[in-house]
Amino acid sequence: MPLTRQDVEHIALLARLHLTEEEKERYRQQLSNILDHIGKLQELDTRAVQPMSSVVVQQSRLRQDEPGPAMPRPDLLSNAPEVADEQFRVPPVLDHAP
Amino acid sequence: MSELHALTVAQILKGLRSGTYSSKELTRAYLDRIEKHNPRLNAFLHIAAESALKAAAAADRKLARARKSKAKTPPLLGLPIAIKDVLTVAGLPATAGSRILESFVPTYNATSVQRLLDAGVVILGKTNTDEFAMGSSTENSAYGVVRNPWDEERVPGGSSGGSAAAVAAGLAPVALGTDTGGSVRQPAALCGLTGLKTTYGRVSRYGLIAFGSSLDTVGVLARTAQDAALILNVMAGYDPRDATTQESAAPKIKLNGKQGLKGLKVGVPSEYFIQGLQAEVEKAVRAAVAQLEKLGAQVRQVSLPHTAYALPVYYIIAPAEASANLARFDGVRYGLRVPEANLFDMFTHSRGQGFGPEVKRRIMIGTYALSAGYYDAYYGQAQKVRTLIRRDFEEAFRQVDLVAAPITPGSAFRIGAHTENPLEMYLEDVFTLPANLAGVPGLALPAGFDSQGLPLSLQLLGPHFSEGRLLQVGHAYQQVTDWHTATPIGFRHA
Repeated sequence: MPLTRQDVEHIALLARLHLTEEEKERYRQQLSNILDHIGKLQELDTRAVQPMSSVVVQQSRLRQDEPGPAMPRPDLLSNAPEVADEQFRVPPVLDHAP
Repeated sequence: MSELHALTVAQILKGLRSGTYSSKELTRAYLDRIEKHNPRLNAFLHIAAESALKAAAAADRKLARARKSKAKTPPLLGLPIAIKDVLTVAGLPATAGSRILESFVPTYNATSVQRLLDAGVVILGKTNTDEFAMGSSTENSAYGVVRNPWDEERVPGGSSGGSAAAVAAGLAPVALGTDTGGSVRQPAALCGLTGLKTTYGRVSRYGLIAFGSSLDTVGVLARTAQDAALILNVMAGYDPRDATTQESAAPKIKLNGKQGLKGLKVGVPSEYFIQGLQAEVEKAVRAAVAQLEKLGAQVRQVSLPHTAYALPVYYIIAPAEASANLARFDGVRYGLRVPEANLFDMFTHSRGQGFGPEVKRRIMIGTYALSAGYYDAYYGQAQKVRTLIRRDFEEAFRQVDLVAAPITPGSAFRIGAHTENPLEMYLEDVFTLPANLAGVPGLALPAGFDSQGLPLSLQLLGPHFSEGRLLQVGHAYQQVTDWHTATPIGFRHA
């Protein structure tokens, strides 16, 4: 089933991606094609199959919850686009809700 | 000293220890070649000339001291190496081939890189990659396509195309790559190299910029199986910073050039010889299998019945994981920020401008597959079929020791051949994806040339943690074949 433009806009909203009008149309077509191909999976009867939840061969184990050294703050902030008072600075959060 | 660039890692280490040449001479020779050829090939995104020469000089001092005192040196002391730009090296940029990380300079080393540095390597630079390792041609790099040294109008494969082109052209003796759906094996195949995809859990991913966390592995692009083993031995093993790494110690792999393959059972899966597989590729793979037989292996047919479903399973699971992993690129802590009046617009515009078309495409596929109402039909079903694919391998490895198959449907394709149709590009990966879904290791081995002079390749797949077996078989094969010693015409001389 081909995606609609509204579908693409909804996905882009969930993914926090701003798309141009031209991108919306291109992705609508391409995603429809890809999803069509992926739909091939529905032909398999998997009612008796457990989903694969881990690739790791060994049993996973919990480690001790011990505090250790963290990355130095100047290192952590060194790549930040904007820093104020040793913190990440961001634009206002509340004046807009999607 | 004119042919330094053609040496294998094993030869280089010997020469360094005996003092035939210094690490500085060697490093200088590679940097000169990079300077000469990289403007065309675009294999390196960042060349670390200054720090490399400094590290080489330090290695030379240690080598000289060790020669006097007969002391042991770290296993890779003075060896130049290239690192794919999705792995962090402290102080060098790590772009992952993306605009969104154009200005990112990590302050810590990936564990794989740290272990190589502890073993004495000299890092030449960071190699080009499809953006966030998403691609099969390196055409998805935000920093331009990489050219295949065997034919510069063709792609080197991807996503580790920069690493593959660098080693094939003799700009580095060996390079790290990563393999999430074939990104080490496929470029190794298209560039005539030996490429090792490690078992999931063999090498730590700490410091690897995550793409698909249940699929990502760190691997090696080298000239020989022996060289891949030397690098793997240093990187492998448990890392408290990556909970998926195997806790038991990784055995050191020692290869034996005199050992034949008597008693080895090799399975050939019929599902890998399908319509669309080029005749020349099939011929080369069958000839390579016959060669293994000549070395003493028993060859039989096996079945991996769910192979055809690997592509749709992968293109749900990998994008789903990518959509979650790439949520961290929000313009807050690192990377590109597009200034906007409020937080939401800052997020969407930073991501909209920072990510390239393929990355956005996959984020959207993944977001859709995980969204309310579609989760069970897509992601849930994919995880179930993934179980079936893994069982296929478990069943096959009850009958045989390893599986031999093609890696790609054809040899290196022309730049631009698949860029209009993303699905066509995805089909490049049909033979490599199953190993990632099952978590098993794989090896690409040079196995001939097609009528156009382009490299052809054999893929070996083994059970979990069977790298030693795969590399031993590769080593035995490379004792009786010389495909891996061929170098592209334009890159034979210093």
